[in-house]
Amino acid sequence: MITTRSLTKRYGAVTAVSSVDLDVAPGDRYGLLGPNGSGKTTLVRMLLGLVYPTGGEIRLLGHAVPKRVRQALPEVGALVEQPAAIPHLSGRTNLAVIDAAGPHGARRTRRARIEEALDRVGLAGVDRRPVRAYSLGMRQRLGLAAALLRRPRLLILDEPTNGLDPRGIKEIRELLRTLNADGTTIFLSSHILSEVDGLCDRVGIVDRGRLVRQAELAELREPTGRVLVDTPDPAAAAALLDGEVEAREGGRLLIRAADPAALNARLVGGGVPVREIAAQRRTLEQVVFELTSAGSDRLARADTGLERPGRGQERVGEGNASTDEMAGRDPLGSGAGRAGPGRGSAGSDGAAEGDPGAAGAAAAPPDRADAENPGGGA
Amino acid sequence: MITIELRKLFLRPRMWVSVLLLCALPAVVAVFLATTHITPPPGQGAAFLSAVERNGSLFPAAALALVLPIFLPIAVTTFAGDAVAGEAVQGTLRYLLIRPVSRIRLLVAKMIAIAVFIVVSIAFVVGTSYLIGKGLFGGGAGQPAAVGQPGGVTSLSGSALTPFDLSLRLLAAIGYIVVCMLGVGVIALFFSTVTTSGLGASLGALAILITSEILATLDAANPVKPYLPTNYWLSWIDFFRDPVFWHNIDRGLLAQGAYLVVFFTAAWANLSTKDITS
Repeated sequence: MITTRSLTKRYGAVTAVSSVDLDVAPGDRYGLLGPNGSGKTTLVRMLLGLVYPTGGEIRLLGHAVPKRVRQALPEVGALVEQPAAIPHLSGRTNLAVIDAAGPHGARRTRRARIEEALDRVGLAGVDRRPVRAYSLGMRQRLGLAAALLRRPRLLILDEPTNGLDPRGIKEIRELLRTLNADGTTIFLSSHILSEVDGLCDRVGIVDRGRLVRQAELAELREPTGRVLVDTPDPAAAAALLDGEVEAREGGRLLIRAADPAALNARLVGGGVPVREIAAQRRTLEQVVFELTSAGSDRLARADTGLERPGRGQERVGEGNASTDEMAGRDPLGSGAGRAGPGRGSAGSDGAAEGDPGAAGAAAAPPDRADAENPGGGA
Repeated sequence: MITIELRKLFLRPRMWVSVLLLCALPAVVAVFLATTHITPPPGQGAAFLSAVERNGSLFPAAALALVLPIFLPIAVTTFAGDAVAGEAVQGTLRYLLIRPVSRIRLLVAKMIAIAVFIVVSIAFVVGTSYLIGKGLFGGGAGQPAAVGQPGGVTSLSGSALTPFDLSLRLLAAIGYIVVCMLGVGVIALFFSTVTTSGLGASLGALAILITSEILATLDAANPVKPYLPTNYWLSWIDFFRDPVFWHNIDRGLLAQGAYLVVFFTAAWANLSTKDITS
């Protein structure tokens, strides 16, 4: 549906997107993840022919972009950044306007198509008030309705759940799943991990304009070769598995072992009661944090050359080194996403939560906060 | 796309406000003239004003002379400057382009909307001022008139004009003004593709007009005068001479035509190669 080859966009000296090879297959629910300013929006705009690439090629539904983009676009629905509408017209009139503006907008079936799209996004009962008076969530739904108007084969969505409440997010996620089940390919770009985690089956991770990883979500969340054990008798377990325990906190132990079943047998054989045992899997959050650096909206004093090309490559390397180290120092926190309070996960918000020792570090940048986190005393 | 633009145009409250304001100025002037009966002496003040006391059917021409130098250009540049920049700021530009609407089609539709806006504005100014003129000053549109007689309409050259002749000339003058305003509009449209600030685009176009007006008063700028956008604006008055003095009208049309071609091409070239990042 979408393929790009060494797609590059430079704005003067700044490289926004750098040799990206994207592959989105029909039927995919593809999530493009990356911190703010990593080039997601520029990438999406290039796919839609709004921004012209500096180099590389794009094929959208088999048509070359930007040259033949107008052949592809009638079958593509898109939401690019915020939804937009003419503020003094009603939602229905806005949809009619956008429908009539382009090809395949037959007047005869317009009303039915508009009502169907409004139905799908949960706006069927909307009255004649102007879009100016809409809430953020209603605007978002209206934008989605506009994208669905032509029953597209491909939906390109940039943060579609922006401004929606949790129930709305769930609704939209279910709508996208239904559409996908009916054969619509979904390409979603977001910096919200849970949005991608909850919907997508394939993930591309961008950092500083580069596609640093593209894989099935399941593949990204491979086991880490460690097993999490919760036992009422941690001392006995530690004695039995001496040397294999990577971290210990209360009754919870992180043990280097490939097979949880074998480990369980050993523990039980050694008379250690086991309350809970599970292979540790990496969360999407960890994968993303390992692969990406801080978003470009975070401008620390030392990072003066943040956006300069040429330095980009080496900075990616640096980022990897520091985040690897960080993950290593914080092994329990990197549990299967259910680490208790006090064991800060790699997330900046989780770092200091409920942990008096790290409270002072709460204001510090996330990587430093984690290094000082006593939970990671390996 | 064109019907959409027109629909958007007529559904827009702003458009009617600006038309109303355009009509208000001649109305205010007319009320003052009718109550005080102090008309500017012939040759001074806005064209035709001295004559309207005698015949109200000349008032539309006087009204045009009133709004042409400032109000009409402001209205046109405000509208045209917002054409593309306004869509960009609103965010609807990107959604139109991915609908998909080709960039040239968008630009043509915008240009047509600008033309319709100009025609509608001028039509309203002429229409209301005709009614006002007839109402406040009376007029001899009904019977053929002779020179000097009450109710008669005189051309600027002194000979008599029949009402039919007068309306033909008025129509021709309106056509000429529309072309002049299109020249203004296309400059604003070009600026509108350059910036995302509609106000900036309007002011840019107005700045060009003001520069042109200033250069027109400057003897040192004589060599470039024929090429200034505002140079032949007042030539529409020549339609009310007898016989019609075509010399400047022709050149004015040619100059405006050149501005239309150059700036529309520039607008198209700019928009079609531009990254839409708004």
